Amino acid sequence: MPEWLMILIRSVLLFGLTLVGARLLGKRQSGQLTFFDVVTGIAIGVIVALLSLNLMRNMLGGIIALVVWAGFPIALHYLSMKSKTVRDFVLGKETILINHGKVLDDKLMEVRLTPEDLLSQLRRKNVFSFADVEFAVMEPTGDISVLLNKEKQPITPKTLELDVGRESVPQTVILDGVMMDEALTAMGFNRGWLHTELEKVGVAPENVFIAQVDSTGQLYLDLFDDAIILPKPKTKELLYATLKKSQADCELFALSTQQPRAKQMYSDSSQILNEVVQDLEPLLKR
Amino acid sequence: MTVASQVKGTIASLKGARATLETFTIIEENQEAKDRYGRNLNRLDRVIGDMEKRLQVLEFEEPQYKGF
Repeated sequence: MPEWLMILIRSVLLFGLTLVGARLLGKRQSGQLTFFDVVTGIAIGVIVALLSLNLMRNMLGGIIALVVWAGFPIALHYLSMKSKTVRDFVLGKETILINHGKVLDDKLMEVRLTPEDLLSQLRRKNVFSFADVEFAVMEPTGDISVLLNKEKQPITPKTLELDVGRESVPQTVILDGVMMDEALTAMGFNRGWLHTELEKVGVAPENVFIAQVDSTGQLYLDLFDDAIILPKPKTKELLYATLKKSQADCELFALSTQQPRAKQMYSDSSQILNEVVQDLEPLLKR
Repeated sequence: MTVASQVKGTIASLKGARATLETFTIIEENQEAKDRYGRNLNRLDRVIGDMEKRLQVLEFEEPQYKGF
């Protein structure tokens, strides 16, 4: 058998074998590879390359080495899923680098990270001053996860003590000009309702590319014809404005009337409307 | 514009707002939001009722503008 044919056959066989081995190794994402995973990967690759190029005379020895290098990680992964001790040993443990805003330099030495490395890793997380960090930990994969100080964390409605409306997921009712009956029924509507709504804005159903309905039944449209500009639904904003205006009206009536009882009634009404406006603001405006 | 017609205008817009709110109440799936809409619907009902009572008094005082 000529040399080149030998290499071809070996290569094809080993290709299949490595493919099977790689599938058996599982689905751990390559982004989460630990150093150990990389080493085993390289070892398997070198053995396969040597074998397929026929640089190793002893074919059987090569196969045994391959089985060991592929089999051991699988076995170790299996064991590590069963036992916490094995897991910590094989996959490594996370190391706390910054705690309560203090850089733990002995831990830094332990993971062999220079202060420059730490700062550059922090910069990648958009942290330019280590004083902003409350807590930082190095994951087994070598990534650094950062918890910022309370005052440096992004603002959320909760930190502002802001009440926000609870919005359900909008339903997509038209896709590519086709009405989605299932989504319509889920919202409690039907095709007739959709036709009426489309008529209101003066759009033919087949001209609609995407249509979504939000939790208050407002319809948001995108048309095939991008030259047509559709106004956004303003029902919520209008309702809010109407309520505010009525409240102001009541206040005005209360000021202008001479009769004490009517004055009382108007100012009561204005107060109730004020409550309504405040109560509905999260739902209508946010 | 007489006071009565101004009050009528306010009542009309309040009724419009009430109707919109009612549709929201019906459509809304989230129970918490639904309750909140419903609660404010009741408040609006109270205000509309009070204003209508006042409107009757006004119309009684100025019968020449009744119905406008």
